[in-house]
Amino acid sequence: MEANTRSTGRLPAAFLTPGSSSFMDFLTDHQPELLPGKQTLPPLKGAIEAPHGTTILALTFPGGVVLAGDRRATMGNVIASRDMQKVFPADEYSAVGIAGTAGLAVEMVKLFQLELEHFEKVEGAQLSLEGKANRLSTMIRGNLSMAMQGLAVVPLFAGYDTDSEKGRIFSYDVTGGRSEERGFAATGSGSVYARGALKKLYRDGLTEQQATTLVVQALYDAADDDSATGGPDLARRIYPTVTVITDEGFRQLAETESAAIVRAIHERRLELPDGPRAEIL
Amino acid sequence: MSTPFYVSPQQAMADRAEYARKGIARGRSLVVLQYADGIVFVGENPSRALHKFSEIYDRIGFAAAGKYNEYENLRIGGVRYADLRGYTYDRTDVTARGLANVYAQTLGTIFSSAGEKPYEVELVVAEVGVSPEGDQIYRLPHDGSIVDEHGSVAVGGNAETISTYLDQRHREGMTLAEALKLAVQALSRDTNGGEREIPAERLEVAVLDRTRPQARKFKRIIGRQLARLLAADGDATAETDSALDEEPGPDENPPSKRGGKPRGGSGKSGSADSGDGGK
Repeated sequence: MEANTRSTGRLPAAFLTPGSSSFMDFLTDHQPELLPGKQTLPPLKGAIEAPHGTTILALTFPGGVVLAGDRRATMGNVIASRDMQKVFPADEYSAVGIAGTAGLAVEMVKLFQLELEHFEKVEGAQLSLEGKANRLSTMIRGNLSMAMQGLAVVPLFAGYDTDSEKGRIFSYDVTGGRSEERGFAATGSGSVYARGALKKLYRDGLTEQQATTLVVQALYDAADDDSATGGPDLARRIYPTVTVITDEGFRQLAETESAAIVRAIHERRLELPDGPRAEIL
Repeated sequence: MSTPFYVSPQQAMADRAEYARKGIARGRSLVVLQYADGIVFVGENPSRALHKFSEIYDRIGFAAAGKYNEYENLRIGGVRYADLRGYTYDRTDVTARGLANVYAQTLGTIFSSAGEKPYEVELVVAEVGVSPEGDQIYRLPHDGSIVDEHGSVAVGGNAETISTYLDQRHREGMTLAEALKLAVQALSRDTNGGEREIPAERLEVAVLDRTRPQARKFKRIIGRQLARLLAADGDATAETDSALDEEPGPDENPPSKRGGKPRGGSGKSGSADSGDGGK
């Protein structure tokens, strides 16, 4: 019955009760006030001003998937952060990128990571990629009341499916609706421009190297047209976050690797400011 | 109403302790020992799915001997405790010491409460540090006491014989293959001093490896990697410790070692262990 272990020293009954392998279920039963999305907001006029993250995109290539994001967080027309991290490993074989209200999104990612890890430890096996994607759906749905007040979180989930042996991408809407994307996907304010770039440059059979270059090209284009998306900051050495997930697991490109890609693209853009040209026909 | 028989508290506790000890003794023993890059858990376990060792948190592992449903319950309680604590505060605030204290309180309360039967379990909670000095190993017997261990520890029915064997031969800075081999030798001892062979398929092995790049240091060693470690110790030690005046002969015969026969000890820990079947 005790609310926490601090009061008695021994594990409370809830800890030793056989039950769900879900950490969220445990929290819901035991300490629901710790769940994000459970907070009730006072009635508000208009949207709350809070830092927002912007552009996340993902694309698949044979053998894996790339998930990348810019680094800018904005609050209205102010740049709230230049080096925000928006792409996180969810577990060994999946990653989640977040656009939307930064504070809530980071909290949601933290809980999502824990949810997957907790399941894995309790059950001794990983959730399927579908299972992970569905779990994320539930969490977004739990945040719906806050989303209606302007605190929306819209993630992009990508992972390597060890059963079908390929990379897969799932996108979400604010109500938790989930859809699997073929090839590539983008979310956030700059996503319309990023998606345009991806559409023109994406093709089947990309190598990992080409895929990582392509996401940076698309992010460059998004930053070109969307003020809320940050482009590569060569002066401050702030580069986009680029992650690759293959059958070897999650890997984030080291700063030197992403710097090399950014510099190469930047060089070319000095000559062709709009980037590589696709065929007209 | 008949008057209940008077049982002295000492007697009641002694009975409960004996009950728990007997239960634990029915299970197979397991050992936990430090090696150069971390902590290794070794036990005999015919099941592939029902584990004796598992991950609790980033740097914390759990091992248990005794009754499965009871220690499984405690294990899940520990995972919940660790995850909740890490979520509320920070991942670095989850420590083996904190977890061991909670387990000790839990076991102690159960042991001394008249309404419950004592748990027939003995636990080990281990945390791997950034360096060997930071490693922590806690042994938690059935009654809720807590013992801070160093180097090596054995729990289960045959723990005493195995501990003595390990204490004499375990040393700091062993490689994983050496530590694993020593552990298997130790587990192969019977209470009566005899030996038997434990085939690799019946071994459950896990490590907390501080050199792993991930935050989560726990890793099971299975299949090929396990076979390689059990077999390759000869080559590895022959290379690293060629100065030892050991005959290389037996070391170059991996198949005979797979079962972890004590005579394989002539490889490395053999330097401390100048013969097999000492008992």
